[in-house]
Amino acid sequence: MGKIIKISGPVVVADNMLGSTMYELVYVGELGLIGEIIELRGDKATIQVYEETAGLSPGEPVKNTGAPLSVELAPGLLGSIYDGIQRPLEIIKKKKGDFIARGVRAEGLDHSKKWDFKPKLKKGDEVSGGEILGVVQETSSVEHRVLVPPNVSGKIKKIESGKFTIDDVIAIVSDGSKEHKVSMLQKWPVRKERPFKQKLLANVPLVTGQRVIDALFPLVKGGTASVPGPFGSGKTVIQHQLAKWSDAKIVIFIGCGERGNEMTEVLTEFPELEDPQTGKPLMHRTVLIANTSDMPVAAREASIYTGITIAEYYRDMGYDVSLMADSTSRWAEALREISGRLQEMPSEEGYPAYLASRLAAFYERAGRVNALSGKTGSLSLIGAVSPPGGDFSEPVTQNTLRITKVFWALSATLAHRRHFPAIDWLQSYSLYTDNLTEWYKQNISEEFLKLRTEALSILQREAELEEIVRLVGAESLPPKDKLLLDVARMLREDFLHQNAFDKVDTYTSLKKQYLMLRLILHYYYEVLDLVKAGIPYEEMYNSKTIENIGNSKMVAEKELQKFDEFERQLKKDVAKIKEART
Amino acid sequence: MKNVEYKTVSDISGSLLAVNNVQHVKYGELVELTLKNGEKRTGKVLETTTDTALIQVFEGTTGIDIKETSIRFSGSEVELPVSMDMLGRVFDGLGRPIDKGPRIVPEDMRNINGSPINPTARDNPSDFIETGISAIDLMNTLVRGQKLPIFSGSGLPHNELAAQIARQARVLGKKESFAVVFGAIGITFEEAQFFINDLKRTGAIEHSIVFLNLADDPAVERITAPRAALTAAEYLAYDQDMHVLVILTDMTNYCESLKEISSARKEVPGRRGYPGYMYTDLATIYERAGRIKGRKGSITQFPILTMPEDDITHPIPDLTGYITEGQIVLSRELHKKGIYPPIDVLPCLSRLMNKGIGKGKTREDHSGVSNQLYAAYARGKELRELVAVIGEAALSELDKKYLKFADEFENRFVSQGRDEHRTIEQTLSIAWDLLSMLPEAELKRIKIEYIKKYLPKSK
Repeated sequence: MGKIIKISGPVVVADNMLGSTMYELVYVGELGLIGEIIELRGDKATIQVYEETAGLSPGEPVKNTGAPLSVELAPGLLGSIYDGIQRPLEIIKKKKGDFIARGVRAEGLDHSKKWDFKPKLKKGDEVSGGEILGVVQETSSVEHRVLVPPNVSGKIKKIESGKFTIDDVIAIVSDGSKEHKVSMLQKWPVRKERPFKQKLLANVPLVTGQRVIDALFPLVKGGTASVPGPFGSGKTVIQHQLAKWSDAKIVIFIGCGERGNEMTEVLTEFPELEDPQTGKPLMHRTVLIANTSDMPVAAREASIYTGITIAEYYRDMGYDVSLMADSTSRWAEALREISGRLQEMPSEEGYPAYLASRLAAFYERAGRVNALSGKTGSLSLIGAVSPPGGDFSEPVTQNTLRITKVFWALSATLAHRRHFPAIDWLQSYSLYTDNLTEWYKQNISEEFLKLRTEALSILQREAELEEIVRLVGAESLPPKDKLLLDVARMLREDFLHQNAFDKVDTYTSLKKQYLMLRLILHYYYEVLDLVKAGIPYEEMYNSKTIENIGNSKMVAEKELQKFDEFERQLKKDVAKIKEART
Repeated sequence: MKNVEYKTVSDISGSLLAVNNVQHVKYGELVELTLKNGEKRTGKVLETTTDTALIQVFEGTTGIDIKETSIRFSGSEVELPVSMDMLGRVFDGLGRPIDKGPRIVPEDMRNINGSPINPTARDNPSDFIETGISAIDLMNTLVRGQKLPIFSGSGLPHNELAAQIARQARVLGKKESFAVVFGAIGITFEEAQFFINDLKRTGAIEHSIVFLNLADDPAVERITAPRAALTAAEYLAYDQDMHVLVILTDMTNYCESLKEISSARKEVPGRRGYPGYMYTDLATIYERAGRIKGRKGSITQFPILTMPEDDITHPIPDLTGYITEGQIVLSRELHKKGIYPPIDVLPCLSRLMNKGIGKGKTREDHSGVSNQLYAAYARGKELRELVAVIGEAALSELDKKYLKFADEFENRFVSQGRDEHRTIEQTLSIAWDLLSMLPEAELKRIKIEYIKKYLPKSK
């Protein structure tokens, strides 16, 4: 058994630790605080402790566990609320009260609950690691596919059916030399990626119902996105919206070093929210991980890995999983703090030199894969970044941008104008649009991508024209440019601006997005024809069409046929002006 | 064993002191130092090894010597005695009475570092607090259990504003026990006296607790002052069912102290010389606001900070903004125009606003009106810049209306008296009056039914 020889904040050094391994889980001090070995020198081990260390003193014992920091994977994950190292917060509360106490041991899953296991294979079948052994109805909306552990393969000697706890043996698999007892529970070290057969091209969009995202800067299932923005620019609201509305089967939400009250909002809102896909409570497909900013910093570093390992587990079942981490900057700061206590040589802004490689390794765990089970699953990663002072040149933002394929840049100026989501259309980008061309053609319309490109170029042109307007005033612009400014304003106010707190506006299907965009751009083309023919179009300002465009957000998903009428009205209004002229 | 006295000080540097040949010193424990001349001081263990300890001395190290100073470890962390008798009293940054009143007979001893609230135990803050200030109530609504800092600059009337809020804040239709905890961190005697006098003038001192660390008090006590204040607040809120408003001023001095200690420890600095853990450290203060399920009381925090060079991207306001639920920003420009309170609403935000407004809480049209005012004022301000370049004559009729709107918004809506308490109804009616300056078709952020109901018809 080891003995503490030094304590400095969350970092503890112990001696007599020969035989320990890197990243092994240890129990520190009389209270048994949970820690992880992050450095070994001779018989001395440096340990990052996941709980507050005040009150510890040198000489107290350190116990080895022989295993790395792992998560428990089995039915019962969905609907749970964990701290950074998979301890259920509800159980900590039951044991210790309203304030977080130290040294609480709590298993991630309920080991006494019985689940109804239905086998999908039979005795005598050959299986290999990762295959689907059977299913359990985990929640009303998700069927949990029980997988053979990745390192087990052979012939099934016995397989059960009926009610079992996650520890009970449900199958025996013989590989000729050894018999493996298989239960529903798997333990997996959080820092190790779960295996799969191969990565696939990500070419299906992750539909989020947020117009600026889906139409202009789309994300794919299995893709990576970063959302940097200064405080108050609506990062958290966007993350919440994505968690609520994205069409992933499983949602993992990591509140990493964020506000307590915001986490409470998630905790109280999600269980009440209805899942638009199934009509069931959203919590039935969600796992929440909460490490609020006042909770121990070392557990913040671990929370990201805990979350992604759970996400990979559901991906392996063949589900589309999306993971939101709010915010990865807090995770990087936790790295920095630990690194500082280890007296490592700092790199830019005090961050350790391995920041870039850690970030890259994390985002690389995303992807659309052919899982060992033979099914196709995906894991999409959306990381919020909180750049100090809103300055995107800082190391966390820059290193994140190098890896992620979608960039939703949040702008303080837009937020001040209360334009939400405050995603800056001039700075943001998505590198997935090429992958998606086929999908849009088959599922929405051939026209969609064309409209998207046109919309972006109008907005780009608007920014250029604004420079001119600033110098000479709007009145001196030619009619063509004035029209463009009108249309750009429509795009901004009637299409991109979306109210997350309005029942109808909060979610827009791709179909409706297409119709809305089409209406605005058809208006542009029609009126442009008038302009080209030298016909003044001012009368259009008072037309029914303008009103229709303004109200198009509020058209219910069930009444999309209204757009046909809007299009006809547009033709009528334009024809009227032409007639009056001739 | 804990009565052992050590006389083994080896190094003294800044407010830090290293001791040798010690045994079983706990991380974070409280230390008592006795100087050569018999004077007693206190400190805290920052780092401990098998035979050494690093101690931070709260009152500073002036006059401490290596040979004669004796050190005693208390075995526990810094604690604050709490009791209802604290109401109406004044304490120093470590919680010792300095008003010449009697000693506090503690009902309990509380660790001033507190513990994080389990996120599942937190209750959603949603009770609207009427501060009587239009720019806050309508535009950046405060709710009970929120932490809403005031970002100010040196020379701006943040103290007046905080005092006005402390005086006027109330929850509509409810009469509940209410307390103010005031934590002064490194501020001047005059500033502190302003608050205390204001509390006395209105009789509020009876239900207030004051913690004072003045500019000439030991800098290290600035680290404990806000924590002591919040410990007292937690006792009032969660043990005594009171609704507590905590005002902490000035958090900039707190951060400077943190930097000072960090540099004395030769730690690797993060941004602009501030320690890399400043975010986590500030969070352990700001996060001590909120409500707990099943308990009646609440803690609402108003930290005040002065932005160095009025720069909102400076690490202190920046990290604060990332932790708190919004911010109230004061503007030097408005202050110079003579507008009180000089609240620049555009960069302001209240993240919990949506929880506390609307039908049944304030009024159905609240959210729409607020968004419309934001959008219109932002446009007006943009036009002001434009006018500076091209002149007003080049503006369209509509733009001229927006320009006028922005001026009126500042003069009639933002500006109000230092003792003026506007009800939310009064504030809304000023807002509608202003909105009637614009064509009805421009009011895109408000539902049509509310426009019909509330827009003044005469114009």
